Amino acid sequence: MQRDKNLLKEPAMQKNRPVELARNEPKMELLRELVAHLRQNRTLLREEWVARIAEAQLLTAMTQEEIFAEATSVYDSYVAALETGTFEALQAYARNLSERIIPRGVETHEVVGIVLLLRDVLARSLFAKYQTDFEKLNRILDAYEPAANRIANTVAVGFVQERERVIRQQQEAIRELSTPVLQVRERLLILPIIGVIDPQRARQLTEQLLRGIRTNRAKVVVIDITGVAAMDVTVANHLVQTVEASRLLGATVIVTGLSPEIAQTLVTIGVDLGKMNTVGDLQGGIEQAERLLGYKVATLS
Amino acid sequence: MQVPILKQGGVLIATIQAALSDADLLDLRTALVQQVVRYRSSGVIVDVTAMDVMDSFASRTLLEISHMIRLRGAATVIVGIQPEVAFAMVQLGLTLEDIPTALDLEEGLEYLQQKARSIN
Repeated sequence: MQRDKNLLKEPAMQKNRPVELARNEPKMELLRELVAHLRQNRTLLREEWVARIAEAQLLTAMTQEEIFAEATSVYDSYVAALETGTFEALQAYARNLSERIIPRGVETHEVVGIVLLLRDVLARSLFAKYQTDFEKLNRILDAYEPAANRIANTVAVGFVQERERVIRQQQEAIRELSTPVLQVRERLLILPIIGVIDPQRARQLTEQLLRGIRTNRAKVVVIDITGVAAMDVTVANHLVQTVEASRLLGATVIVTGLSPEIAQTLVTIGVDLGKMNTVGDLQGGIEQAERLLGYKVATLS
Repeated sequence: MQVPILKQGGVLIATIQAALSDADLLDLRTALVQQVVRYRSSGVIVDVTAMDVMDSFASRTLLEISHMIRLRGAATVIVGIQPEVAFAMVQLGLTLEDIPTALDLEEGLEYLQQKARSIN
C-alpha cells in the first residue's frame, strides 16, 4: 500500500533506477532489524515453532529430540538466508535434510507444512512486536514476506528434487533387475519376463538377450512371457524382431506362455507364424529346447 | 579389398576382414560360386564377424550368394553377425530369411558337418 502510493506520487518522467535504490536502502535496514529480532528471540520462537509442529502432528516419524535439533538448524539457516539474501547454503541444507528424512518416510506435505509454520510463527512475533506501529509493521512485512516465501519455495523444491532423484535411482535399479538372462543348461538360455514392458524396457531386454546369446554361446533361448498380461503393438513388433535377430546370431527362440490377449495382438499385427516358435507353457518350452539340443531326460530306474 | 577363401575339408571359408565396397562383395560372390564346384565343396561359410555395418546391398548379396550356391549343390552358413548389427538388420527388414546362420566359425562348421551326416 505504502509503496504503491509512493510510486503514484513519483513524476512519470523520473527514471526507475533512483526509485529502486531509494526503496532498497531502507529495505536492507529493515531486514537487518528483522534478523536482529529473530536472533534475539531465537530460543523462544524456536520452542514456539516446535510446539506448533507437535500440535499439527507433523514429522510423526521423528522423535521430539530429533525434531528439536533439526528445528534449530532450520531456524538458523532460515535466519541466515534472510540476512544474506543468498539461498545456496539453505538449498544445500534442504537437500541434506531431505536425504536424511526421506528414508524415514517423511512426506512432502510435512516438510512444506513445517516451513510454512515457521513462517507463521515468525510473522506472529513481528505482529506482536510492532503492534503499536502499523506503518512500520507494514514495511517490515514488505521486506519479510518475499524472502520468507522464497525460502519456503527453496526448501519444498529441494525436498521434491531429492525425492525425484531417489525415485529415478530406484527405477534404474528395478530396470536392471527386471531382465535376467539365465542359463539352465549348456547352450540353453531362459529369459523370464514379468510385468509391464514399455518400449525402453523392450529395447534393454533385446540388448541383454543378444549379448547373452553371444557370451553364453546359446543355441536355444526360451522367452517366457507368462508374467506379461498384455503388450501393445510396438512392443509385440519388438518381440518379433528380437526373435529374428536371435536367429541371425544362430539361436532358435521359443516363446512360451502367451496370454490370449497377446496372441490376439500378434495375430492382429500379422506376425509370420512360420518364424515364431511358440509353446504353451515354460515346461513345454524347456522340453522342446532340450529336444532341439539333443538332450533326453529319463527317470532313473 | 579381396576376401581370402580358404578350403578346409569339404568346406570353403570366406572371412570378411574389413568393410567391403559393393564391387568387393560382387567379386566375393563370383569367386565363391566358381570355387564351390571347382573344389567339390559341400558347404560354404561366410564369416562376417568383422563387419560392424550391414547395409541392404550387403545383405542382398549374401542372400544371392546363398541361393546361387544352393543351385550349385552346396549349403551356405553366415556366421558371426554381431548383436548390434543383427538388431539393426531386423529393424531395416533385412532378416536373411531361409539362410542358415550360426554364432561363429566353430558353430558354422558343426552345422555343416551335421547336415552332411544327416544326408549320408
